[in-house]
Amino acid sequence: MATRLSGVARAFGDRVVLDSLDLELRDGEFTALLGRSGSGKSTLLRALAGLDDEVTGAIDVTDSVAVAFQEPRLVPWKRLLANITLGLDAPADKAKAALAEVGLAERSDAWPLTLSGGEAQRASLARALVREPELLLLDEPFSALDALTRITIHQLVLELWARHRPAVLLVTHDVDEALLLADRVLVLDEGRIAHDISITAERPRHREDPALVTLRNTLLAALGVSPEGRS
Amino acid sequence: MSVVELARPVETPRATPKGPRRRVTAWHRWLSPLALLVIWQIASATGLLPERLLAAPATIASTAVELTQAGTLPTAIGVSLQRVLIGFLVGGAAGILLALAAGLSRAGENAVDPIMQALRALPFFGLIPLFILWFGIGEEPKILLVALAVSFPLYLNTFSGIRGVDGKLAEVAKTLKLSRGQLIRHIVLPGALPQTLVGLRQALGVAWLALIVAEQVNATTGLGYMINDAREFLRTDVIVVGLLVYSALGLATDAIVRLLERRALAWRRGFLA
Repeated sequence: MATRLSGVARAFGDRVVLDSLDLELRDGEFTALLGRSGSGKSTLLRALAGLDDEVTGAIDVTDSVAVAFQEPRLVPWKRLLANITLGLDAPADKAKAALAEVGLAERSDAWPLTLSGGEAQRASLARALVREPELLLLDEPFSALDALTRITIHQLVLELWARHRPAVLLVTHDVDEALLLADRVLVLDEGRIAHDISITAERPRHREDPALVTLRNTLLAALGVSPEGRS
Repeated sequence: MSVVELARPVETPRATPKGPRRRVTAWHRWLSPLALLVIWQIASATGLLPERLLAAPATIASTAVELTQAGTLPTAIGVSLQRVLIGFLVGGAAGILLALAAGLSRAGENAVDPIMQALRALPFFGLIPLFILWFGIGEEPKILLVALAVSFPLYLNTFSGIRGVDGKLAEVAKTLKLSRGQLIRHIVLPGALPQTLVGLRQALGVAWLALIVAEQVNATTGLGYMINDAREFLRTDVIVVGLLVYSALGLATDAIVRLLERRALAWRRGFLA
């Protein structure tokens, strides 16, 4: 079931963050949502995740949603495996398989606080994917990782997406990340989807790909940044 | 010369291995209490410290042995332990249940918290006269005084522990579609546990204090009775034995809680280490 939003609005006091926003997310499509800081990217994601009670408008979204947050948000007093199965009736071997998929099979007995940042973020992905969501929401889950870890997790996310095929909405402020991962890039500005760009380049993609360089300049301009520095 | 030595500080202190140095330090820490004991013993032996004010350490030690052999001390300890235990269980259960009622819903908070905050301001030792009027001079007022003293630290800490649970984890619970029961069981209660354990340690400390006060009032058994009775006969040795037993029991129960903490909060160890 595709996700449809129409006339979605949200204001914090006098500040309007989402303003009669319309959006459709198609099944199995990897969408990246870009926007300046404070543009309402995370507000939109939280609305889709059902975490915002005050958002108005029509939000038609599947029940099968999973979220990976910016911080991994593992439950610190539950060992890794128990974190993965939290709230699920699923048998333990399914959760173990999910941990194996993100390369954490050996750590299923570990306490979350003993994990590295990258490990914890991978565990958070496993916890989301073991639920076999139709819609996977990623709220800047790579922004706190170091550059090398980020590269490997980008690969991992693409692999997992290719295997499980959920619709993905990745909120990010990183244009390159969006270009490397997504089928479709949205730019949120003044409370609405200001740009909706499809990327057809084959994966794996390279930053130097001329088609991507052109798109990067377009997107940076859309975000109000001149790629050549201020002129 | 001295300037050169100061310029190379790394070589000297680090050269000494850690282990033996530590043992020497630990041994040093026993010196001053031992010296105090020796001075005390000498002062008693020379008559500088009369026995009606404070008995000699050696007398106290032999009295402790005598009281144990005669069965007086074990019986008194048994009676006092029972009072603390029952009072602790009653007060602890009440404190934690009230904290759950107040912590888990706004209506519960409005119903329970104002009353608890008002009662907390009462000096509970001041309630002894009322307790005697209400419950007589038997076991009930003593146990209830302990229960009352225990319930407040457990209530306050558990309540603030519940309210202090990370809201981000509550959001995770929502996205994982946990039911309200699951949210309480998997997130709220374990999240409040560290703070509850702090309350538990405070509660045990205050439980022994409440017992000591309660046992000064018309007790006919227990450690407090033994101490009061000894006062009548100027037996300072028995009084000191009673006090030492109180503190030993206090330390023992504290050690039990610390053991409990280490088991229940194992998930924190990696983070503390």
